Amino acid sequence: MSLNRRDFLKSSAAVAAASAVGISVPQEAQAKAKEAESDWRWDKAACRFCGTGCGIMLATKEGRIVAVKGDPAAPVNRGLNCIKGYFNAKIMYGADRLKTPLLRMNDKGEFDKHGKFKPVSWQRAFDEMEKHAKKALKESGPEGVAVFASGQYTVMEGYAAQKMMKGGFRSNAIDPNARHCMASAVVGFYQTFGIDEPSGCYDDIEITDTIVTWGSNMAEMHPILWSRVTDRKLSNPDKVKVVNIQTYTHRTCDLGDFNIIFSPSTDLAIWNYIAHEIVYNHPEAIDWDFVKENIVFTAGPVNIGYGMRRAGEKSITPVNADGSAGKYTALEMQTINKEMSKKVSAKEAPALKPYGYKEGDTMKNTAGTLKHWKISFEEYKKSLEPFTLDYVAKIAKGDPNESIDSFKKKLKMLADLYIEKDRKVVSFWTMGMNQHTRGTWVNTLSYNVHFLLNKQALPGNGAFSLTGQPSACGTAREVGTFCHRLPADMMVKNPKHRAKAEKVWGLPAGTLNPVGNQHIMKIHRDIEDGVVKFAWVNVCNAYQDSASAKHWIKAAREMDNFIVTSDGYPGISAMVSDLVLPSAMIYEKWGAYGNAERRTQHWRQQVLPVGDAMSDTWQWMEFSKRFTVKDLWGEYTLRNGKKLPNVIADAKKMGYKEDTTMFEILYANKGKEYKIDLDKFPQKGFDNSECIGDSRNVKGGDGKVFKGYGFMVHEYLFEEYASFGRGHGHDLAPFEVYHKVRGLKWPVVDGKETQWRFNVKYDPYAAKAAKAAGSKSTHAFYGPLAKNILQGTLTGPDKKLGKFALPNKAKIFARPYMDPPEMPDENYDTWLCTGRVLEHWHSGTMTMRVPELFRAVPEALCYMNPKDAKAKGVKRGELVWVESRRGKVKARVETRGRNRPPQGLVFVPWFDEKVFINKVCLDATCPMSKQTDYKKCAVKITKA
Amino acid sequence: MKNLKYLLLRRATQIGLMFLYFAANAYGWHILEGTFGSSKLFGLIPLADPYTTLQALSAGFLLGADVLVGALLIVLFYMIVGGRAFCSWVCPINMVTDLANWLRRKLKLDKEEVNYRFLKRRTRYWIMVLGLIVSAIVGIAAFEAISPITIMQRGIIFGFGAGISIVIAIFLFDLFGVKNGWCGHLCPLGAAYSIIGQKSIIRVKHNHEACTNCMECKIVCPENQVLHMINKESISVTDGECTNCGRCIDVCNDDALGFSIRNLNKDS
Amino acid sequence: MKSSNNNRRKFMATTLQSVGLTALGGLLWSGYCDEAKASPLVLRPPGALPEEQFLDVCIKCGLCAEACVNRESNKNKDGTQREGTLKMAKGGDHKLIGTPYFIPTEVPCYMCDDIPCAVVCPSEALDIKSLLNEKKELDINKAKMGLAVVHKESCVAYWGLQCDACYRACPLLDEAITLDYQKNERTGKHAFLLPVVHSDVCTGCGLCEKACITEKPAIFVLPREYAMGRAGDHYVKGWDKKDQQRAGNRKLDEIETHDERSQQAPSDYLNREIEY
Repeated sequence: MSLNRRDFLKSSAAVAAASAVGISVPQEAQAKAKEAESDWRWDKAACRFCGTGCGIMLATKEGRIVAVKGDPAAPVNRGLNCIKGYFNAKIMYGADRLKTPLLRMNDKGEFDKHGKFKPVSWQRAFDEMEKHAKKALKESGPEGVAVFASGQYTVMEGYAAQKMMKGGFRSNAIDPNARHCMASAVVGFYQTFGIDEPSGCYDDIEITDTIVTWGSNMAEMHPILWSRVTDRKLSNPDKVKVVNIQTYTHRTCDLGDFNIIFSPSTDLAIWNYIAHEIVYNHPEAIDWDFVKENIVFTAGPVNIGYGMRRAGEKSITPVNADGSAGKYTALEMQTINKEMSKKVSAKEAPALKPYGYKEGDTMKNTAGTLKHWKISFEEYKKSLEPFTLDYVAKIAKGDPNESIDSFKKKLKMLADLYIEKDRKVVSFWTMGMNQHTRGTWVNTLSYNVHFLLNKQALPGNGAFSLTGQPSACGTAREVGTFCHRLPADMMVKNPKHRAKAEKVWGLPAGTLNPVGNQHIMKIHRDIEDGVVKFAWVNVCNAYQDSASAKHWIKAAREMDNFIVTSDGYPGISAMVSDLVLPSAMIYEKWGAYGNAERRTQHWRQQVLPVGDAMSDTWQWMEFSKRFTVKDLWGEYTLRNGKKLPNVIADAKKMGYKEDTTMFEILYANKGKEYKIDLDKFPQKGFDNSECIGDSRNVKGGDGKVFKGYGFMVHEYLFEEYASFGRGHGHDLAPFEVYHKVRGLKWPVVDGKETQWRFNVKYDPYAAKAAKAAGSKSTHAFYGPLAKNILQGTLTGPDKKLGKFALPNKAKIFARPYMDPPEMPDENYDTWLCTGRVLEHWHSGTMTMRVPELFRAVPEALCYMNPKDAKAKGVKRGELVWVESRRGKVKARVETRGRNRPPQGLVFVPWFDEKVFINKVCLDATCPMSKQTDYKKCAVKITKA
Repeated sequence: MKNLKYLLLRRATQIGLMFLYFAANAYGWHILEGTFGSSKLFGLIPLADPYTTLQALSAGFLLGADVLVGALLIVLFYMIVGGRAFCSWVCPINMVTDLANWLRRKLKLDKEEVNYRFLKRRTRYWIMVLGLIVSAIVGIAAFEAISPITIMQRGIIFGFGAGISIVIAIFLFDLFGVKNGWCGHLCPLGAAYSIIGQKSIIRVKHNHEACTNCMECKIVCPENQVLHMINKESISVTDGECTNCGRCIDVCNDDALGFSIRNLNKDS
Repeated sequence: MKSSNNNRRKFMATTLQSVGLTALGGLLWSGYCDEAKASPLVLRPPGALPEEQFLDVCIKCGLCAEACVNRESNKNKDGTQREGTLKMAKGGDHKLIGTPYFIPTEVPCYMCDDIPCAVVCPSEALDIKSLLNEKKELDINKAKMGLAVVHKESCVAYWGLQCDACYRACPLLDEAITLDYQKNERTGKHAFLLPVVHSDVCTGCGLCEKACITEKPAIFVLPREYAMGRAGDHYVKGWDKKDQQRAGNRKLDEIETHDERSQQAPSDYLNREIEY
């Protein structure tokens, strides 16, 4: 800032004084500004950041983005933004953008894992990638080639990556950071509805009477939606209630009529308490007409572990006498050992009693499973029996300084709000319920309450998952860049789904790999086990965002593998890599995002990328040119013994040659039907680096100036992807339409978007399903997944009862409270919870380069209760070690301000690579969704 | 080879003290914190500049007890022991003016001292009184607002900024303008210490018997009016303006000068 | 006699000239000091006396700045010292040289609970007594270094954007800065969350100014006397029992009012005759 403080104070004071007496400050620059604006080009786009999906307008001038404004026509935000959105025009212009590929090399110019990064050409970069990917394939088969994918991919990037990985490499080891953020919600949706993504939409906010947030700091993480909640509260302050259910007091609690601070993981108990209250004390509140027509009761196994490494895995073998095992210390193994078996604690024993466990029993854990079976209502009722007010209040009270009576009163008030007849209730949650070792459970428990009361999939009523990332829904989930998924809710495990994908993608039958188990933590673990030898980080920061980070970084740096990171800016993942590729950032490419309410939004390339940066789509397509039919489509034997057949002969029958490249098969063959037409909307007047090249004359993967692929890549990728969902409840509008509208909520049927799915009145698919079934019900839960299940009791299925078909029905799950695998004890006496702050996005690679945001929040603080700080002899602002069994970081203590934890809990945000909190976090996951629990592990705090 | 014993000792003391002050800020040492205005010795004993304290008092405010006690300690020390030693053994400006003086001699700019009409050695006493009057009128410690001594000291501790210019100005003034201009004519702090230290016990003593009247001592002395006894009588230098710098002792090849304890009976 | 007359005249002249020059020097010096004093928009450490007094009592020793920079809570993670909040005014800073001050956009006051800067002050220019709470404990919340002022036109929260960065940064969140919720009638479904500063609680630490995300902060700290008005002592809020405390120190000898209209004595006025 060139401003002198004295001038500054003077002028600010003058302005403040002037405005205080109502004089408007003369705007002499106004005329000049108007002149400048005339050569700005405004075009619509979506905000780069969270899952809210605000619409924005971007102004460009001479190839640079000069300004941003909220799009007044966007229904989500109506021209408003939060402070991250406010800086969309600045995020691409940090002085240290990556502009050229960088390879670790020795002095002779050869690749050297211990060498220093030096600039190389794209051609050289792809040469190295090709060499190492082929080596990985040879040594480990398709399971040895992996991609850290993203919920921030554009739809097209995600689809391009997924085709090459699953269709080309036949590897399902592509999994997005959305695994860390949405997977529990996804499995919750699948288990409950048989299909992914929420039934409701943001319009619920304006209609509902009650907003309950569960493990969600909505005020900081979804500020625009929070302002809608606030507005709803203002519109009728007496009637509309806001309740926040959290493990510590934060910004969102400011608006709460009351707030419940619970002990980590006991949200499971609180949901069950509400259901207990309904079933035992207010049976009249159950809408039996709805339940009988639409719901079945189900149960699943409880001894499913915690998604940690299981005994026998290479890196925790051999087990030593001192308790250490393989690459893990004895301290680490204290927690990891619980994956195989655990003692039932006093805290969880009452909840597990209906499942046949008592305190002190050893629970032998199987690997996480999605298995479940139908049970009777009576069995479900039995599962709720322990969740009395006394028991739940005892285990769930999170603030030691709150009285049990006050806590009980709040629980009762909460249940009453849900139960109150004709009161509309929306339950919002974010990472608190998803990043949870029982994340899937707690997700399904939320629907239980809403279903019993018939308060789901109705305007103003429903449990609604607030997505973290801008396209966790649109790309990661809908496109299916998960290891187990294919586009539009199809699964790699399902032969019919594979066959469909093979047909659309023009692949020989049997090409696709049926084993999709390399979720994001598994990829890290497979690198540590030496199985994955080639990994590519796309649009994420996999080495900063994964828990137990030290292990993964050590594996990347010290083992025989090749790690590539594509990014706009250098971050920890790039630093850990062997090759760094400069990526075009958000508005330097055509793209589309899908937000939390199923709204798909497109934008056009606004400017040329900086330096030699190119989009990830381009990088995948250039990379695909390096691989031919004979390179990839021979026979492989997978780790589990399964064989992938040799499909080269079948490929030839389809007209491919042995040396036909994947580029031709996966992208160019069909893509050519989508023509470049620069005189036509929407292409007219906009850059299109992948399709027609650009004035930078970047030299491509072949060393020649890249002049474009000659077809409309983006439209092709989008349309082919959309073809999977159309007619299957996932209908998207045509590419061109999205460039005219402010996004549409799918399914888009006959040009109309859908607000409430599964509701016969609003969802044409529900209407169709109900009609076909001859049902008079208001709802039809038509999701196709797991609709034919075994039957049994809480303790297990009984095969003799046969299978039960449940078309158009949703499920209520009996699921108890269970402890997380690591809880505070005498050595590590404090809960650690991590998360975000409003000012910074994820690992901060973009927002830490916006000077205003950096100035606002330059470092991650350790938020602590003042009493804890006093007890540990640390003062505000002093540095402490936050130390777990896995590692420690230094952070500055804050006992005031926005986050106010109860005694016994600290909160440390993870955006700051200098406070690398994921070195401390535990990589336990929900064993069903494989989503990491970043919200709880045990640490000790000592003065640094 | 000239004898540099006291010069080196003084420089070591000046630089050592400055470093301790600097280290208090830079490294958090608790040996000598603060600045001359007010310091803390070993994090415990308060020290304060008497003239600054007097200015503040004359501006009409009661100061904290720490400052009053500190000022008293300093006064007692120089009054009883050190004389005007602050100027030559502590003050960092001394290094600047000594350098100017040395250069002046080397560049042969050093004619005999000019008798300026309004710039006499007693001017500093006027300024000292004026400083107290201005303090009383304006309501701030007036000399502290412009003091090159603490500006330089704070510059060393906290960074100079534009304050360096006043130090340069003094250097140029002493080099090209008036010989011993700042310390010998203007500095009110020096004036204050001259008064305070008048009766202190450490004194330079002249031995008339040994003197060869080479006048080396008078050439180097920054306050050479105090050496009126040279080659005349064997007495101590009793004038309060003597800074006890010891240069005269260093340059005397005849053992005619040396530090001694004042003979209270005889010399007074 | 002549020469002694001459001598006397010469002596008189010299004395006169000396006095004149001294007066001139004194005036210049006073002028400079007055000017140096007159840099009012400066923020002082916690507990600082009112500026006028502070400037005199502060002995410019820098102990406060040293205590600030060297406090335990001011270490970087590598153990090195961070820049301290308090700076000592240097030539060119346009503040009275040698006095401590801070610039919130550079380093705000982090409001240490033990207030190390104030406790070391030897001259009581930083007045510990003003920092004691009812229990006679040091309480940084009592500090009154300045007052944050929001410039509404450049505050993006007043545009409807969701910011409240200042609110979240405030160590006295929800006390010194509260949010005023208002409906956004333009969008019909969003709310304004407007930061409002409360002068009775705000300490002027400047963390809000540092956190403000506008290019030049829309919330900024001014010395309290420049940021605050004063309502008349003659009016007491009828609905607020405590308000008499505010107004209660009205001086009896100030009861009579004077203005242009009341300048003349009644008879003088009446004797003027009316024009018609």
